[in-house]
Amino acid sequence: MTTETTKGKYNVIGTRPIRHDGYDKVTGRAIYGADIKLPGLLQGAVLRSPYAHARIKSIDTSAAKAMAGVYSVITNADFPGVHDTLVDLGEGAINFRYASNNVMAGEKVLYKGHPVAAVAALDKNTALEAAALIKVDYEVLKPVSTVMEALKPGAPIVLEDLEGQDLGEKIDGQTNQANHIRHEFGDVDKGFAEADIVIEREFDTAMVHQGYIEPHNATATWDEEDRITIWTSTQGSFPTRRQTAGILRVPDSSVKVIPLEIGGGFGGKIPSYLEPVAAILSRETGRPVKLLMERTSVFESTGPTPGTWMSAKVGVKNDGTIMAATADLRFDAGAYPGSPVGAGMMCVFSCYDIPNTRIDGYDVVVNKPKTAAYRAPGATQAAYAMETVIDEICEKLGMDPLEFRIKNAAKEGTRRADGPIHPIIGAIETHEAARASDHWNTPLEKNGPDGKLRGRGIASGYWFNIGLKSAVTISVNEDGTVALTEGSTDIGGSRASISMMAAEVLGIPAEDVRPHVADTEGIGYTDVTGGSRTTYATGYAAHDAAQDVVVQLRERAARLWDVEVDEIEFANGSYQSYADPELRLSHKELASKLGSTGGPVVGSASVDPEGAGGAYSTQICDIEIDPETGKTDVIRYTIVQDVGTAIHPAYVEGQMQGAVAQGIGWALNEEYFLNDDGAMVNSSFLDYRMPTSLDLPAIETIIVEVPNPGHPFGVRGVGEVPIVPPVATIANAIHDALGIRLRTTPMNAGSILSALAAKK
Amino acid sequence: MHPFEYVRATSVDEAIAALAKHGERARPLAGGTDALVMARAGRWELDALVDIKHMPETNILELGSSEFRLGSAVACYRVYEDEQVAAKFPGLVDSASIIGGIQIQSRAGLGGNLCNASPSGDGIGALIVHNTTCIIAGPNGTREVAAEDFCTGPGRSVIQDGEFLVEMKMPMPQNDFGAAYERFTPRNEMDIAVAGVASSVQLDGTTIVSARVALAAVGPTPILSSAGDLLAGKEATAENISAAAQAASADASPISDMRGTAEQRIHLVGVLTRRTLERAVERARENN
Amino acid sequence: MVEKVRVRATLNGEPVDFLVAPYESLLDTLRDELGLTGTKEGCNDGNCGACTVNLDGRIVDSCCVLGAEIDGSTVETIEGMAEPGKLHPLQQAFLEEAALQCGICTPGFLISAKALLDVEPHPSEDRIRFWLAGNLCRCTGYDKIVKAVQKAADSA
Repeated sequence: MTTETTKGKYNVIGTRPIRHDGYDKVTGRAIYGADIKLPGLLQGAVLRSPYAHARIKSIDTSAAKAMAGVYSVITNADFPGVHDTLVDLGEGAINFRYASNNVMAGEKVLYKGHPVAAVAALDKNTALEAAALIKVDYEVLKPVSTVMEALKPGAPIVLEDLEGQDLGEKIDGQTNQANHIRHEFGDVDKGFAEADIVIEREFDTAMVHQGYIEPHNATATWDEEDRITIWTSTQGSFPTRRQTAGILRVPDSSVKVIPLEIGGGFGGKIPSYLEPVAAILSRETGRPVKLLMERTSVFESTGPTPGTWMSAKVGVKNDGTIMAATADLRFDAGAYPGSPVGAGMMCVFSCYDIPNTRIDGYDVVVNKPKTAAYRAPGATQAAYAMETVIDEICEKLGMDPLEFRIKNAAKEGTRRADGPIHPIIGAIETHEAARASDHWNTPLEKNGPDGKLRGRGIASGYWFNIGLKSAVTISVNEDGTVALTEGSTDIGGSRASISMMAAEVLGIPAEDVRPHVADTEGIGYTDVTGGSRTTYATGYAAHDAAQDVVVQLRERAARLWDVEVDEIEFANGSYQSYADPELRLSHKELASKLGSTGGPVVGSASVDPEGAGGAYSTQICDIEIDPETGKTDVIRYTIVQDVGTAIHPAYVEGQMQGAVAQGIGWALNEEYFLNDDGAMVNSSFLDYRMPTSLDLPAIETIIVEVPNPGHPFGVRGVGEVPIVPPVATIANAIHDALGIRLRTTPMNAGSILSALAAKK
Repeated sequence: MHPFEYVRATSVDEAIAALAKHGERARPLAGGTDALVMARAGRWELDALVDIKHMPETNILELGSSEFRLGSAVACYRVYEDEQVAAKFPGLVDSASIIGGIQIQSRAGLGGNLCNASPSGDGIGALIVHNTTCIIAGPNGTREVAAEDFCTGPGRSVIQDGEFLVEMKMPMPQNDFGAAYERFTPRNEMDIAVAGVASSVQLDGTTIVSARVALAAVGPTPILSSAGDLLAGKEATAENISAAAQAASADASPISDMRGTAEQRIHLVGVLTRRTLERAVERARENN
Repeated sequence: MVEKVRVRATLNGEPVDFLVAPYESLLDTLRDELGLTGTKEGCNDGNCGACTVNLDGRIVDSCCVLGAEIDGSTVETIEGMAEPGKLHPLQQAFLEEAALQCGICTPGFLISAKALLDVEPHPSEDRIRFWLAGNLCRCTGYDKIVKAVQKAADSA
């Protein structure tokens, strides 16, 4: 059902049409990256390091090359050398030299799974068998796996040439600390001194993976003109183009990226892992080459989110006013610098108005895969620290957690701890909707069946959302339908929302829009599908392109009726003359006359909007714990979220529910389990435990709409903020059920049993 | 993966011949949900997989007057979807219905689960507490092995080159017999036991005439616990069951690994032993 | 050099006759030999259900079946679920309830759900969740998938 604020305001926005790509996806017709077939296609395989940290002394590919059916075997020697160049990809910048080394190891391997060689062969099994024949002589080195170990003096050094920074000063000598930055405002010492209650806690979180069901894939051709074509499942064709071209040291324009359908990303399919490898294999063989990642490699060799060590300290007065807060966030970047600690710092205190703050953030390299964005990167970890400390404070104060949050809520004009001033935001509205919810007002019976214990937890989160660049073109067909071309790969139904916004402007039904996700030669530069920017920025571009169409259609009407264009009004999907109301045509009728009035009408827009609105989510969960086994079941979950304007409410709800499911898995079971040699041992869907349908309840959604003035339809990004609160929400529920506070994730049955035993 | 041949045997002798031909480089194929994964992961290097599903002997599912015969290739779903089998052997149903999920249960069977010889195999304990005899066919004829003697180490069993498990047989439950299996897993399905316990009791009035308790995932093989003997001749009281649970915990020799710590597993064995004994007693009382 | 084997089976109601390497999975056989890419690979070890097909009336993970094993069998994949021009009620319900986001798990879920409704036309929510637990979804949190199955059941 549509929410109150959109009802009556829009014709298309707020409705729930069937998504345009839906029929292909429920029938198996949709072509995903792994499905592409080309004449002469060779299959590839990648050989990866079994060691978390080692020097490569030599690689002998002769046996692999000699195998029947093998066409090429490559190593780092077949890659061009790249320099340090920093390029912004939309959710974090990359350094090309590091990116190139990550794609194919140079002198050292820095994590188990680090690629060292690749093979192209007639079929997949031959490629795998050949890869197994490649002999790599490793000098195994001691690995370092956690932030705190990596920061100790004498720790194994991951990157020998890393130039570490500490508060703007270069660190002398070798280090694993890539960076330490700080945001400071006011006087925290004074603030804590004035507080009546001060609580400080430390936290440890495990590295986790986005867990998309579709493994990475890439198919490439390198032709006689040194032009490279890539077919891939990617969150951004243009960022893939830039990374691939940068690593291969060819101009961007030499690379064409054709995005196929994508089976999930959550940030993990922004970096390029296979595209450059497939391209070089194609260069060497003169044939198209396809690479598909095995599930083990998806875990070991792509971009999980950091494990962390954190501390958070909050001081409040007895009336609940927050006086001061500090946080120390130390994130493992994986093998190369660039963890999302900065983003975590932007969010950690942003639910609140706090006069005195200091946030320290450390970016630390360790012998684990290079981290990538995972849905509100860094914010989930930060919220775990902050929201559980807040929960303790509310308990000490005897104050209702929602009243506390409303009292201290950030609002328009509040300064965010890292500097920006909040524009219109919906923190208070979100908390109020949670307070009014059926869930919050339904008392929870603490004693469950069979001796189980129940508890309720609540937590909030913030994500800033981004804008960045998008382009859209809209071409009007003579039957009044329009072809809409955009560059945002569709991971979650975005084609529908983007089409709906164009339809709203044009005054036509959503079904009359034919959306198409184009390749890098078919549309203007468009940034990633990520950062909660697609509905916002590509929608903005669709809105503007549709308005451009309207401008041109008004001109056509004027030409048709031989009047001045100023005389033509467009309203309710019709074009008419102010002067003579008899002169009136619907969009459809006018479209049929385009051929005789000058030919096709093509509207376009290219945007880089700056008014992305931050979003808030407050979540409530009830859990039931078996104290004999430590098993936690989530029995009820409600997510409240401010979305600005819900363009397609079903897909908005879907983003909210899916993120909660990921958060529940993160809280209760998911982790990178490393052995003593620093190697991940649980790299399968059996032992990397994501929730099944039997592990989750129905997830209730409450959509709040505080429109974002920075978007023509009030849109706020919705995809990321919902994953920010769940880990804290569950931690707080565990405390309510058992009276214990867990500050290490995953908060699994074993750790609950240990904590219960320690409590006795 | 080393390329292997697929041989569809239509008789026991044909299967033996195909297996013997390749020795340790051939394995029998039943449900395939472990075998194909192992072959693909390079854990086995094979020249042949010999499909044993296409002969009557391995597909038998027969409730006799004194014996229940369960073919080695019978998939889990046949055990729990057969109303009579399910009614007589709820303890086997407990196992068969939680190995993997529905897709796995369409193919995987208790026979394959046994032959895979994982220390955490969900079916093995249930077979043990039902006093199962395993019938193995090979180049030297057939032989019988008690289920509790079948597994010899993680992934290893008494099966020799050229042999395969044809059938499992167990006594039909008498009146006042009851059995149950329960495991602890972090997720509610699609998971592998952190610890599992199967229990069976034969009651006479309120006395436990005999009992068996088998432990999963707490040693290199499933363990037939001393807890069963401890209960023989005792009353089915909470106190005696609790003592049995403690004995079972003491019999466990688990490791700590990514699925759980040793302490956690020892604790769980106690909890699960108590719960499955209670459930077995309850079923025994219903079964008269 | 291991020779290919000949397989004759019924696939989506039609006879097929093909050669396949004996060690190739049914999943790879469908996708690579038979050109049916609707069935997806998610993990290749029986833990995610993206490769679910219906084999002789039972849902199976096709990554754990050999292509050679289906000789003489009947297989149904997602490509056979709709009639020409008409979706199966489950497919229609998935669209109406927005039960897919990225869609990669959708073919597997549809095959699994169809098998359930074919034997239990009105399952409870618990039963639906139990039956579908062998299909992983990372996008939806399962809520709308369960509701779509209920909708299709109610409309029957």
